[in-house]
Amino acid sequence: MKTFLLELLKNEVLVYTLMAIVPLLWVIPFALFAVWWERKISAHMQDRLGPMFTGGWHGWSQTIADIMKLIQKEDIIPTAADKKLFMLAPYVVFTGSYAAYAAIPFAASYIGSEINIGLFYIISISSLVVVGLLMAGWASNNKWSLFGALRSAAQIVSYEVPVALSILAVVMVVGTFDLQEINHLQTGPIWNWLVFQKFPLLLFACLIYIIASLAEVNRTPFDLPEAESELVGGYHTEYGGMRFALLFLSEYANMFAVSAIAVSLFFGGWNSPFGDFLSGHWALDLFWFLGKGMTLIFVQMWLRWTLPRLRVDQLMYVGWKVLVPFSFAIILGIGVWVLAAGQ
Amino acid sequence: MEVTLTDVEPGRRPATIPGLGRPLRAEEMVISMGPQHPSTHGVLRLELVVDGEIVVDVIPHIGYLHRCFEKHCEHMTNYQQVIPYADRMDYVAAMSNEFGYVIAMEKMLKIQVPERVEYIRVIMAEFSRIISHLIAIGTYGLDIGAFTPFLYCMRDREHVLDIIEETCGARLLYNYMWIGGLSHDVKPSFQKQVREFCTYFRPKIKELNDLLSYNKIFIERTANVGVLPGDVAINYGASGPVLRGSGVNWDLRKNDPYSIYDRFTFEIPVGKGLKGKVGDCWDRYMVRVHEMEQSTNIIEQAVDQLPEGDVQSAIPKRIRPEAGEVYVRTETPKGDLGYYIVSDGTASPFRIKVRPPCFINLSALPAMCRGAMIADVVAVLGSIDIVLGEVDR
Amino acid sequence: MIAQELHDLLKTTFGEAILEAKIDGVLDPFVTVAPGRIAEIARFLRDDDRTLFDSLMCLSGVDLTKGNLAVVYHLHSTKRNHKFVLKAVVPAADPHVQSVASVWKMADWNEREAYDMYGIIFDGHPDLRRILMPDDWEGFPLRKDYQVPEFYNGMKVPY
Repeated sequence: MKTFLLELLKNEVLVYTLMAIVPLLWVIPFALFAVWWERKISAHMQDRLGPMFTGGWHGWSQTIADIMKLIQKEDIIPTAADKKLFMLAPYVVFTGSYAAYAAIPFAASYIGSEINIGLFYIISISSLVVVGLLMAGWASNNKWSLFGALRSAAQIVSYEVPVALSILAVVMVVGTFDLQEINHLQTGPIWNWLVFQKFPLLLFACLIYIIASLAEVNRTPFDLPEAESELVGGYHTEYGGMRFALLFLSEYANMFAVSAIAVSLFFGGWNSPFGDFLSGHWALDLFWFLGKGMTLIFVQMWLRWTLPRLRVDQLMYVGWKVLVPFSFAIILGIGVWVLAAGQ
Repeated sequence: MEVTLTDVEPGRRPATIPGLGRPLRAEEMVISMGPQHPSTHGVLRLELVVDGEIVVDVIPHIGYLHRCFEKHCEHMTNYQQVIPYADRMDYVAAMSNEFGYVIAMEKMLKIQVPERVEYIRVIMAEFSRIISHLIAIGTYGLDIGAFTPFLYCMRDREHVLDIIEETCGARLLYNYMWIGGLSHDVKPSFQKQVREFCTYFRPKIKELNDLLSYNKIFIERTANVGVLPGDVAINYGASGPVLRGSGVNWDLRKNDPYSIYDRFTFEIPVGKGLKGKVGDCWDRYMVRVHEMEQSTNIIEQAVDQLPEGDVQSAIPKRIRPEAGEVYVRTETPKGDLGYYIVSDGTASPFRIKVRPPCFINLSALPAMCRGAMIADVVAVLGSIDIVLGEVDR
Repeated sequence: MIAQELHDLLKTTFGEAILEAKIDGVLDPFVTVAPGRIAEIARFLRDDDRTLFDSLMCLSGVDLTKGNLAVVYHLHSTKRNHKFVLKAVVPAADPHVQSVASVWKMADWNEREAYDMYGIIFDGHPDLRRILMPDDWEGFPLRKDYQVPEFYNGMKVPY
């Protein structure tokens, strides 16, 4: 897509800017849809109906109505809050979540930025979210927000280790950091997907990645930072109106980003599971990629409405004493396997 | 940006917290789980003195919902007028409050009510036990982070509220049990509806157990948390599921029977420490789940034996007890509710003192929470199951 | 043990601290004791093997009019399965009663409530402050001669 745009516009800066905006065209409608979808999923799991009236059929425009309401709200900043940090925090959180989209291939012909250290870049840039959350919690001048922010920082930093280790397991097998190449390697029928290679080691790596990424995005059972029943709202207690909408949007953007990474790494990315059938065109690639991503999002939402929440010390225990040793064992196993197969 | 505390809080309060008994240390922080909080089950203020995430002390502040029930009663012109006010104490299980009061008054006036009234009262009291425990379990799941069981409990509660609404016209606050009888007789379809509910409800308890009670994360959050030993519980005056969860086999329906409870066969669930120590939050929670089952048993037996009769035949025209006093206690879903009624011989009550189980159970909270974490305070508070209307009256 | 035996036991042990008793003709027999010695009587009743009153059912304040306040203790034994009632009568002008919070921890909050509502001061209570009313409220609401204050912190009270 980049070559096509370059020929059309012949201005590099403009082309790169457009390429950066393209994922936004997906992220924003996705966030609107995902909020509605989550409300519907949670409702049906809880034996009720969810939004039914806004817009007619099953309340499809509920989120749009919510956004319109949030835009009209008064912008309240607490008197004793640190104004600059308070206003900056949602943007930092959003930047951290959105920047990961640069290295995720949506189709064979589209990737935001063709860097050969894509995975390395993704892991590092998504840590920016921690800075944003800490800013939000501290600047709110609210002890409960502070608790939420501190817990969140501890949680995200701790769970980056199993995320990185499980990604490392995949990198050891394929030998490259570039997500587009990893996707090209998984072309073909469904048993070419990386999750079925080096069986069952990469399957376990996939499970560890999915669990750890739930902690990265602050979803139940790891949603202590926003534990509604303890901390009212955690780090986003004092935020209202569009600032709150932006924090919410970044949460959903982050959710899709980690699902997209899991799909690209383990589940074949934009490849069709049938091999040659229904593949080849960029629209079909996009369909497969987004479809697989949405399935993982569904699993995340499903878990949120089923499981209770872990306490902060239990969360740390799971991260450091369960996931990290298992990831190390998997890396050891894969290292031995790759060496033995190489000889 | 420089923000000094004198700019923001002129007249900042000193670092001695009333109730703590000592000055605050440097590493401690006072944080207020304020009157408005999603998990405090009403307007309760818990002042937590924390050292990081560890709670050093909990100082509860109550009185936000104090509606002067006892003072109101002294100005009533009729003892029957007290009943709608009694409803509003434990508004979640209003029938139990009324039950205690009318039994106390009938003991004082030496009235014997018809058998039909006794049976219907027991059915209503056990229904109120079921709906109270459904709310307790549902909101407890919500506190721990499981959002779905709450909705399932509400759905099951609606079935009971429908039956009660057909009987007395109200879903939540009834004014149904009067001194000497009931305000309305039950509808002809009552027995059939009740039996249908009992058949419907038993599998739902099993569904709840599958979803929440034996969930590993739930057990990790509640087992070994907030342990209250049995003898400490008795000394604190704890009662109800809080006492039985600590291993003490004490239920007023069996140990100090009132009304016709001695005619029914049912068991008293007691905490045994299956998942942790005896007296932890999981024990208290499971006692409530098992009690719901036992209440269903009682209701089925009662509705099978329901005799005919006139529910209003024994209601006295004028209530003027002789000067004296009486203390009667009943087993409500929250614990041991006592009414101490003093009469001076006139038609207006002289003194009505309520011994609220939630108030007494709440006083054991600081003992259970010292050394736990903030998330544990929420878990312990939910397992005590308080309703602020009863705590504050 | 029945009420008459309990009364005799208390009379022999404490003598002049036991003031009057009403055993017959009432639903709940009671004994009135001296307010300055209620704590030792309570401790005796809790620990003695014949009585073993390990649970305080209820602690209430009552305004007896005629310038007297009373504190009523309803006792119960889970092991011996008997009940008893103690009363302590104090003048409203100088209401001091010994606190039994060291005997039964349940008395802690109940005595705070009796203090809040009636102004009865419990000597030896670890933390006697108001519990239901705001900390700076003036007056004791449940007394029969209580006048509702006109203003509280600038807000008009009767409406």
